[in-house]
Amino acid sequence: MINREEKKTDVIVVGAGPAGIACGITLARAGKEVVIIERGLFAGSKNVFGGAIYTHSVKELFPNFETEAPLERRTVEHNYAILGEKDATTISYKKDGNGSYSIIRAKFDRWMADEAKKAGAYLVEETVVRELIVENGKVIGVRTELEEYFADIVVLADGVNSLLARQIGLRKDIETKDVALSVKEVIKLDKDIINQRFNIKDDEGAIVEIFGGPMLGMLGLGFMYTNTDSVTIGLGVTLNELVKANYRPFELLEQLKNHPKIAPLIEGGTLKEYSAHMIPEGGYKKIPKLVSDGVMVVGDAAMLVNNLHWEGTNLALISGKLAGETAIEALDDKDFSKKSLSRYEKKLNQSFVMKDMKTYKDLFDVMHVRKKAFLDYYLRKVNAFFEMFTSADGVPKRENYWKFIKSIFTDRGIIELFKDVFAIIKLVWSILV
Amino acid sequence: MNIDKNLYTLKYSPDTESHLVPVKEDCKLCVSRCCTYICPAGVYEWNEEKQELIINYENCLECGACRVACEKQSLKWEYPKGTKGVTFKQG
Repeated sequence: MINREEKKTDVIVVGAGPAGIACGITLARAGKEVVIIERGLFAGSKNVFGGAIYTHSVKELFPNFETEAPLERRTVEHNYAILGEKDATTISYKKDGNGSYSIIRAKFDRWMADEAKKAGAYLVEETVVRELIVENGKVIGVRTELEEYFADIVVLADGVNSLLARQIGLRKDIETKDVALSVKEVIKLDKDIINQRFNIKDDEGAIVEIFGGPMLGMLGLGFMYTNTDSVTIGLGVTLNELVKANYRPFELLEQLKNHPKIAPLIEGGTLKEYSAHMIPEGGYKKIPKLVSDGVMVVGDAAMLVNNLHWEGTNLALISGKLAGETAIEALDDKDFSKKSLSRYEKKLNQSFVMKDMKTYKDLFDVMHVRKKAFLDYYLRKVNAFFEMFTSADGVPKRENYWKFIKSIFTDRGIIELFKDVFAIIKLVWSILV
Repeated sequence: MNIDKNLYTLKYSPDTESHLVPVKEDCKLCVSRCCTYICPAGVYEWNEEKQELIINYENCLECGACRVACEKQSLKWEYPKGTKGVTFKQG
């Protein structure tokens, strides 16, 4: 305890992911002393995500990133693929410059961390924070494997598992229904082959968002992203579904890769890297307490993920930035109390981050209850419709139409149909109002 | 499906001791033993003879799913030491 002052800094940030770095660089730019502690070999080395970052949010922190950062491809096309067991219906939206890039996390996060270092932040790598040091109910520092470090404010950017937020009771144990387990593969393919298969040019990228297929009936979604000379394919399924159904996540991914819609896109590629990660899916209702005396929680640790829109890194970046701004004010006021730091919560509430979390607060509840309808039956039915519509089998069209309409009532049943419609109306209402 | 060929693509720096420590008595009573199938790296295998988990902790991807899913909620799970564990070059 003698050298406490020597080892004291303004702010300690635990975790050098997007949220942690955003917080760190915001403080460093304001001339505050900030130490970012990262458990991996380098910033980004333990980080996994789907594949795209959103221009708007990254620009708020790195205005010149489009010319300076290591980017893969600029998204020009979003595809929504509804997979049956053997067939598929795809909706595709093409527009250049609609605001996202595919990136490789290990490269991009390292670049962001370097920018933070340039701004004056200290980055301590290969160091695990084992616990928070709490004195009189106030967080005053962190304990790593080797040392204790002290700070006026500690920011928890330690990811979805956030053992530290749990340690001080800011969050409860995560339930299996509130996280998705995601597995993904980065598959190496020639640039030209990617361009041909996805109908894009060298620097252009496509995203495929996948419903159904091996995940029919489960609360799970798949994704594909194009990188410069590789393609990312993965899926995330709510953990309780995997537990219940006795599924191995990588076997589901293998099935997805073998689906007739997907297989030709990755044919002939070689596996560059396999990875897995948990995604917070609990939504607004599962957001932990975000502040306490001397501490704030940001990014995945705060469960800030907008699962419908596949947004996570942008919420992480903005929450980190807002926590950084709050810390600057608190340092200037020399007030690190919960009350002072609760300005972070107010800022979040005023930003799109919490507004979007609120908008979809009921989404997952509805999906958990109605998944057999919306993530199984209707997905199959979309494909069945197009199967009927595109077939020329000598059956008069009117007969086909009536058969199709009748089938909805017979296999779904009138009560279930009412419940489905009611659920949709309720959900849309909760989103819009 | 064997997951090993996927794990070969990863860079690991394994520790000499496991960062994953189950409570053996709980494992014996566990009904689902879901860790043996949900783990994306196939870290856990059940040894019927010894009535205990075999833990290939050096293959761990550090996702934390086993901790959340553990039926007895008793798996002692922590991150590997700072210089150890998996390194993602793509992520």
